[in-house]
Amino acid sequence: MTSALTLNHYLIVSGLLFALGIAGVIIRRNALVIYMALEMNLNAANLALIAFSKFNRIIDGQILVFFIIAIAAAEVAVGLAIIVALYRRKQSISVDELTTMRL
Amino acid sequence: MNHWLLNYSVDWGMRNGHTPICSVWIILFAPLVAAALIALVTPKWKGVSAALSIGAIALSFALSMGLFLVFAVKHIAHQPHTIQWLVVGDAVRIEFGMITDPLAMLMLLVVTGVGLAIHVYSLGYMKGDPGFSRFFACLSLFTFSMLGIVLSNNFIQIFIFWELVGASSYLLIGFWFEKPSAAEAGKKAFLTTRIGDVGMMLGILLLWSRAGTFNFAELQAKLPSLGLSPGILALIGVLIFTGAVGKSAQVPLHVWLPDAMEGPTPVSALIHAATMVAAGVYMLCRVSWLILPSATALHLIAWIGGITAIMAATIAIAQNDIKRILAYSTLSQLGYMVMTVGLGGPTQAMFHLTTHAFFKALLFLGAGSVIVALHHEQDIWKMGGLWKKMPITFWTFLIGTLALAGVPPLSGFYSKDEILLLAFEKSTPLFIMAITTAFLTAYYMGREVFVVFFGQPRDRHSYDHAHESPLVMTLPLIFLALLSIVAGWHGRVPDFLGALPETGHHSVLLTGGLIAVPLFGFLVAATIYWKPEPSDAPVKAALGQLWTWVENKYYFDELYAWIVKYVQGTIATICDLFDRWILQRLGIGGLSVGTGLLGRTVRLLQTGSISGYAFLVGLGVTVIIYCVVVR
Repeated sequence: MTSALTLNHYLIVSGLLFALGIAGVIIRRNALVIYMALEMNLNAANLALIAFSKFNRIIDGQILVFFIIAIAAAEVAVGLAIIVALYRRKQSISVDELTTMRL
Repeated sequence: MNHWLLNYSVDWGMRNGHTPICSVWIILFAPLVAAALIALVTPKWKGVSAALSIGAIALSFALSMGLFLVFAVKHIAHQPHTIQWLVVGDAVRIEFGMITDPLAMLMLLVVTGVGLAIHVYSLGYMKGDPGFSRFFACLSLFTFSMLGIVLSNNFIQIFIFWELVGASSYLLIGFWFEKPSAAEAGKKAFLTTRIGDVGMMLGILLLWSRAGTFNFAELQAKLPSLGLSPGILALIGVLIFTGAVGKSAQVPLHVWLPDAMEGPTPVSALIHAATMVAAGVYMLCRVSWLILPSATALHLIAWIGGITAIMAATIAIAQNDIKRILAYSTLSQLGYMVMTVGLGGPTQAMFHLTTHAFFKALLFLGAGSVIVALHHEQDIWKMGGLWKKMPITFWTFLIGTLALAGVPPLSGFYSKDEILLLAFEKSTPLFIMAITTAFLTAYYMGREVFVVFFGQPRDRHSYDHAHESPLVMTLPLIFLALLSIVAGWHGRVPDFLGALPETGHHSVLLTGGLIAVPLFGFLVAATIYWKPEPSDAPVKAALGQLWTWVENKYYFDELYAWIVKYVQGTIATICDLFDRWILQRLGIGGLSVGTGLLGRTVRLLQTGSISGYAFLVGLGVTVIIYCVVVR
């Protein structure tokens, strides 16, 4: 039963999840949603790490994932703060209106 | 004669090793020290400046005399003294050395002796000039450079000093630089001689590429074993001769010397008559071992010298400026010397160089004395009858004239005699040119003397104010007049230089003819110009169209102006267009416009949209991964 699930299955899921995240980042206009899509990218990476760790029987990957989760949490705190600050200033969190950083 | 000096020099020299070599360094560097001190410390104190300059050259003269006496009496062999100066790898070895053979010693005496007289004379001539100190600094700098040429023992060193005399000559011709004509003349002299110097440099490098050394003695020893083809040998000889063409003002680079008369008269005497212009001849004599093996080079040298001699002499008969007549005469005599080198007689050339240095310096200083007396009037047609007013100037000028014309028993006779005899033996056409030149020399000098010193004064006002020059000016005149008389006696000078080839016995007719020619020249000049109111009219009528040609110096200046205007001007225009359109517009301008356009294009990517950026990042990463994995 377990032999049916190979490393490739995990990696394909991870890749799809990552593509979904990228598509979200590119397509969506709402900064919060873009943020959530970014988290999806991180978790796709986590999934791949754990899969490798399990199939290669090396624990390092799983340790790294804990770090990534911790850092992602810290990042969310900063990122959400930025989005709140943006909203206070512009009354909007649509990235289409945040195009002042150009020539 | 001067026993204490002789003993002193000998003892001093002996104590210091084989030769009094230290004194050679002092001879060379004393004027440089004087020049530096004047320029840096004493420009405000005119008396001190003059004393420094004159003291330096007097010291050089005394030491040269000592060196000469040591050699003449004790016959001490002179060791060449060199220091390694620049060594680049094994190939390039440049020395700074001194050569003190008889040739160099003779030239040392001429340069320092005539130089001393002219330095003293300048005290009177330059009195009250605002640039008094500057003048003496330049004069000392020139003396240093000239002595450097004389003492050099290798080509690089001689070339450096060669350029240094060019620079000091430029400074002194343009001494009164506020006069546009003087500034122009300085530029002309500098640029014209530069053309010759480029040729000389090429010759030096070509010789070095074959022989691998610059040292004269080594080259002389090596040359026969190098097996150079006649073509290369002739090319080297001619290229090195090009330097002498520029410096000694031979055709076709002679145009700068007459204009150089814009400088103060002592400068004309020292630099543009006695020493610097003779440097070309000296250099040819110094490297005669290089030129003598090549018949082609010798032919060219002889003919250029001969043409210069007769052409300058014909121009001199139609000049109206007291100094320009002498300038063309200098050209003519330099032509003689160069021709003599070309005929294979460097000893005779040096002999004439020596006597010429004395009497031509004397003539220039005499002319300067007249110019000062008439408050800077140089037109001979505004002079006249001056012999009563200025007896010393007149008599010394007369001695110089007779010596220049070659009247026995003055020095010019002996040296010119040797040259004419050599020409008689070697080449008939050149002999005819030379003897015609001798006639013309006597004629134009007679014209100058009769017009300036005899006849009625034509400018009564300046005649009344004219007076004999002060002692500082007349003493050098007397000194040089004595030298002009005795310098040729008994062939002492050529004996000193080494064996003068025995010219054999010539018929009395030839010798008599050589004496008669200058006298005939004077006679012709006297019949035309020895009148109360002399004028050029009879000659002008006799010569017709030819007079216009000589009066305009055969249109050399006009020809060169035309060449510069059309040939050089066209090249300059093409270069200008290339620079303006190809380099500036296409090269520099193209680059800047291209960069601007590229920037504008790339800026379009900078949208400020986060999703755009994310897309590009994603795309980029994908491409990288694709390249890494799939490839």
